[in-house]
Amino acid sequence: MDGVTPLITRLPALEVDWQTLLTVNLPVLLLVIIGVPLALAAYIVGAELLVKRLPKRAQPSVRPWIWVGPAIFFVAVILVYPMVGTVWTSLLDRNGTSFVGLGNFTRLLTDGGILIVLRNNVLWLILYPGLVLLFGLLMAVLSDRVKYEKPIKSLIFMPMAISFVAMAVIWQFVYYYRPSDVPQTGILNAILVNIFHGQPQTWIQDTRFNNFALIFIGVWGATGFAMVILSAALKGIPGELLEAARVDGANELTVFRRIILPLMMPTIVVVGTTMVIFALKAFDVVYVMTAGNYNTDILARRMYAELYKAGNHANASALAVILLLAVVPVLIFNLRQFRAVESRR
Amino acid sequence: MSVAVTTPVPTPTSSAPARRPKLKTERLSARVSSAGLNVAVLALTLAWVTPTLGLLINSFRPSGAFNTSGWWTALAPPYQFTLDSYSHVLGASDLPSAFFNSFMITIPGTIIPTAIAAFAAYAFAWMKFPGRNWIFLALVGLLAVPLQMTFIPLLTIAVHLGLTSGNTLPFGLNAGFIAVWIAHTGYGLPFAIYLLANFFRVLPSDLFESAEIDGAGPVTVFFRLILPLSVPALASLIIFQFLWVWNDLLVALIYIGGTPEVAPLTLTLTNLVGSLGQHIEYLTAAAFVSMVVPLVVFFTLQRYFVRGILAGSVKG
Repeated sequence: MDGVTPLITRLPALEVDWQTLLTVNLPVLLLVIIGVPLALAAYIVGAELLVKRLPKRAQPSVRPWIWVGPAIFFVAVILVYPMVGTVWTSLLDRNGTSFVGLGNFTRLLTDGGILIVLRNNVLWLILYPGLVLLFGLLMAVLSDRVKYEKPIKSLIFMPMAISFVAMAVIWQFVYYYRPSDVPQTGILNAILVNIFHGQPQTWIQDTRFNNFALIFIGVWGATGFAMVILSAALKGIPGELLEAARVDGANELTVFRRIILPLMMPTIVVVGTTMVIFALKAFDVVYVMTAGNYNTDILARRMYAELYKAGNHANASALAVILLLAVVPVLIFNLRQFRAVESRR
Repeated sequence: MSVAVTTPVPTPTSSAPARRPKLKTERLSARVSSAGLNVAVLALTLAWVTPTLGLLINSFRPSGAFNTSGWWTALAPPYQFTLDSYSHVLGASDLPSAFFNSFMITIPGTIIPTAIAAFAAYAFAWMKFPGRNWIFLALVGLLAVPLQMTFIPLLTIAVHLGLTSGNTLPFGLNAGFIAVWIAHTGYGLPFAIYLLANFFRVLPSDLFESAEIDGAGPVTVFFRLILPLSVPALASLIIFQFLWVWNDLLVALIYIGGTPEVAPLTLTLTNLVGSLGQHIEYLTAAAFVSMVVPLVVFFTLQRYFVRGILAGSVKG
């Protein structure tokens, strides 16, 4: 207890209950840190022991289910159960009393405003995964070749550690607009005015570039994610393989195109798929930057507005179903990919 | 791709004296391409860091200064740096318990989904069972479920089971934490399984076959082969799951509400800024306070991203 006393005196408010924190809460935290992994390991070891008691022939058909069982249980309760309810709600009217079939969908899709929402989602779907993959791959491959790899990767990764509340403030210092007769506080307009002698632009309000400005915020935030996973895959390529190719006279571009890229392809597909889904679900950036105004609205934010602002569960559910349907092509692509990996075994 | 400068390669047929000058040009072009490489890496990094740098500098400027002049002007004299924002944020009395609650939510919220996903990914990648591909695809599809849609039905279940922040379980464990762990497990599983199964899938199959011939059961193969061989993938997954849970505001808000005893850091800091954002200057400092732990986790786990864990493991 003595160790914490100086800290208390340095804090202006003394309401911190260190006594409870250290004698009640800390032991619980330690118990949880030790207990949770033990319980998980005990589950799998115990279940395997039970399977071993079964007749030899029954084992292979039971075993997979004890390994996937917990995952299926949690996903069924947390995601599937609410989703089924959502699909059902999307077929009812806004009071949830009478069945209207596809009425919600036809009304939503014939609404004039939805076209802009869909256009924005298409922009996100193309630019966001493409740019995240491009920058992520570039940083993973390039940083692998410099001595200061770790600090560089930490800096690229840093936006991942920023909560989306702080993100809004950060980008305000980039995109902020002030009239040309006062000093600019946003760096983009400052560069434009002071270096290129241009007029300051309203990056977030101007419908010519605001969608691109928002998508770039998303790309900035997610590149660290792509870089880390792609870099993990890159490190998984045996060094001997690359050395052998270089000794055989392959230049760096050939090594990248013929060895690194094919071996990383499964991971690129994983990151690309995740990014496409994130692009569909993109919410944070638009929510904090424009709240969907200035023609920047997207499906997920519109759904949120229908659910919590308008209280229209029927419309919100219909939008969620549209989101789910939009993922189907991605799923088909992934299925083909699995089949290809299976057949190569 | 500015670095992909073609390096001249000595032909194996050339004799030893003829190769010397070629080596010189090789070294020169290697130096040029290395300069290009460094410029490209540093330029990209600078572009990526600039927005955060602006926030960092503004967090040390006097309150309101960022409304009248750009953060870069603070880099030239007269210097006017202050710790006011930080002392206000750190002085908030419920910060220690907010840190504690964040750990209490984030550590199990990371361990549980990672472990359960690793079990499932092992089965999806290396066991045969009916409907395997379809269940796996359904899982990937569930990545697209907007979380907002799940809150109302799940909250009903949580209240029904007594998993709310008003209840205390044995050992003084607040029941609200359990609800948040379960929620984050469900939300995190699709991505975690998807990522891990794809990594497990490409591990060399001869490795498992020889282990099975040696009489190793699935538990042994999982703990002794799969997990050690997938350390880079596991490390990246743990980082992401940790970050998502640590930075989450919405799930915490829904399942444990505004109760200060269980409120995580994100919730406490958001309250500090004020619901109308009237104390936005504190947010600059608050953002960095909340970034400390995720960055420490990243730096700690970064050393597991190493090359060549698999090298020689098949025939060795």
